[in-house]
Amino acid sequence: MAEQSMRRKIRATELMNKIMSDYFYGLHEAATTGKRKVAWCTSVGPAELLRAMGFAVHFPENHGAMLGSTRMSTEFIPVANASGYSPDICSYLTADIGSWMKKITPLTKAYPGIDSVPKPDVLVYNTNQCRDVQDWFSWYSKELGVPAIGISSPKNVNEVTEGQIDDVTRQIEALIPTLEGITGNKLDMDRLRDTVALSKECSELWRKVLETAMASPSPLTFFDGTIQMGPAVCLRGTQEAIDYYKVLLAELEERIDAGVAAVEGESLRIYWEGMPVWGRLRQNSELFATLRTTVLASTYCSSWIFPSFDAKDPIRSMAKAYLELFIVRSDAYKEQYIKGMLEKYRIDGIIYHDAKTCPYNSNNRYGLPQRVEAATGIPSLVLSGDLNDLRCVSDEQTKTNIVAFVEQLQERK
Amino acid sequence: MRAASTNTSSAFVGLDMGSSRSKVVVIDQSGRLLGHAVRKSGIDFSKTARLCLDTALAMAGAEFGDIAHAIATGYGRGNVGFVTDANKTEIGCLARGGHHFFPEAITVIDIGGQDNKVIKVGAEGQRLGFKMNRKCAAGTGAFLEEMSARLDVSLEEMNDLARAAREMIKLGSYCTVFSATEVLESIRHGKPVSDIVKGIFYSMIRRVLEMDSLTERVVMTGGVVEHNVYMVEMTAEIIGRSVLLCEHPQLVGAMGAALYARDEHLSASAATETQSNRGE
Ligand code: SF4
Repeated sequence: MAEQSMRRKIRATELMNKIMSDYFYGLHEAATTGKRKVAWCTSVGPAELLRAMGFAVHFPENHGAMLGSTRMSTEFIPVANASGYSPDICSYLTADIGSWMKKITPLTKAYPGIDSVPKPDVLVYNTNQCRDVQDWFSWYSKELGVPAIGISSPKNVNEVTEGQIDDVTRQIEALIPTLEGITGNKLDMDRLRDTVALSKECSELWRKVLETAMASPSPLTFFDGTIQMGPAVCLRGTQEAIDYYKVLLAELEERIDAGVAAVEGESLRIYWEGMPVWGRLRQNSELFATLRTTVLASTYCSSWIFPSFDAKDPIRSMAKAYLELFIVRSDAYKEQYIKGMLEKYRIDGIIYHDAKTCPYNSNNRYGLPQRVEAATGIPSLVLSGDLNDLRCVSDEQTKTNIVAFVEQLQERK
Repeated sequence: MRAASTNTSSAFVGLDMGSSRSKVVVIDQSGRLLGHAVRKSGIDFSKTARLCLDTALAMAGAEFGDIAHAIATGYGRGNVGFVTDANKTEIGCLARGGHHFFPEAITVIDIGGQDNKVIKVGAEGQRLGFKMNRKCAAGTGAFLEEMSARLDVSLEEMNDLARAAREMIKLGSYCTVFSATEVLESIRHGKPVSDIVKGIFYSMIRRVLEMDSLTERVVMTGGVVEHNVYMVEMTAEIIGRSVLLCEHPQLVGAMGAALYARDEHLSASAATETQSNRGE
């Protein structure tokens, strides 16, 4: 109880839960009545295009995260493993495919009446984050007999070039005829422009929300962020997401004005690099709170900020935004980015989560922590774990590492 | 002034409740080791702690009532009923203890029962960073125990066996289970046990050395090296410089905890004194 009270709850969450609930029931209705076509989309796939074309959009990674945070993933990952999907590959993929095989979804408990993820009419990926998403969607494509189409993105990009933007623009354009064939309607460019404008506004508000953590004490933690990002992930390109973030932002600004901290007695400020450990969100959040340490900024939550969306040039700006994503970039770029974040948020220490099944989001593997530490003098810690596969997580080791790291940082103060 | 802060007979206790062994030390205000005890941790940490404490106190010629302050650390630190102060990690205590014996910039390599740690400590005793091994037991005391069972030799025999080896078998794997298979393979090929044990030592050292880079001065701690000094010699040979070892490497974490207990007690006493002086 004492631990609980050190973390402050965000009031707006109730409203978010309502919005997310409407979203999931909307998807369910689309899938069961056939009133709207359903597209599955990767997290930074062409959601703007799909939405503008009238699709109800489902994000399997979001479902993966739900499987993780409910810890149902531990039941389903082995099912996918046994069918030939290695324990070493993306545990969103294995959790999600395993849950499909078992015909059980966390949506049912959260939203009574929903008995399945919404059946797709088309699967649309972008490999800007990883190759696993393509394999993932290919599985469903075979299983359900629906097309999997997408964008093959360059990786390890230092500066995004015009040539790369041209390439991805053409690939997005090439998706349109297939999608039009599925909906039976032509793409309305004005609607796409409006959708991109809405996505841009959502992204700007989300940026402002995250930047409230620049305040001392921070009104927001990384753990709050992973929950609050729901609308930015699932509803970008809609008015609902914008309306929600205005409410959330107002509450956080109110906290700043009143000097209210997300973690009471904040004495240390931590940056989180990598995926959350979904099944341990609460434990980790509580542990840091008892240590009066705020994990307040992250690459992960910041990955849903897309400064380049531009309604005047919608498709090209989408291509640019999808390419500028942190995960697409070179280590040299990542290093600069992280240094910038450490400075911006006045960070005392950085934690890298080495997620066993996601090399793409584990940026500790090519000497980056050592380089950043040498350049900034800010200590770092690498935590071994995983986003969804709790077989890769040792609670005792995690705790000892975190507590010892906080001790080390406190000694420096 | 409070009696305890000046009374040199006051005892300070550090308890390092490891997953495999529990270590308890009693020190005086000057940091001198007065008594100590080590036991298997077993399943009842509180009971084990109490048994160790009784032995260590008896050795120190002290009684429970003489304890001015006690700090518990290690895996079972929260389970020692009679100690409420369990806020220090074993990493912090190893750094503190290591720097107490070698007051300079050092890297502490601790080979524990379930995990290994590499801790960098600055010249002033400040912690610069640390690494713990990943999930696998390869390179830890648990690995050695597993191998001793496979080879049917006791843990106590291993040091002399390794030292007597003429050659050394090579174990290539990260993994305890795979390594065990490699050991079985060597047994099947009729390799002498001594060569196998030396190979096991060597592979443990490699697992630890690949965790982090080392600074100039290296200190080794933990029960495994206390009982297998040959492993320290091998390490020195591999890294090409001498390795520092204190008299009781297994007690370094408990020493660190005891030193923290002393420091906290003294600063609390000083604060009380300042306050009461102000009051006057
Ligand atoms: S980026 Fe990582 S977590 Fe995300 S889908 Fe790819 S492998 Fe999975």
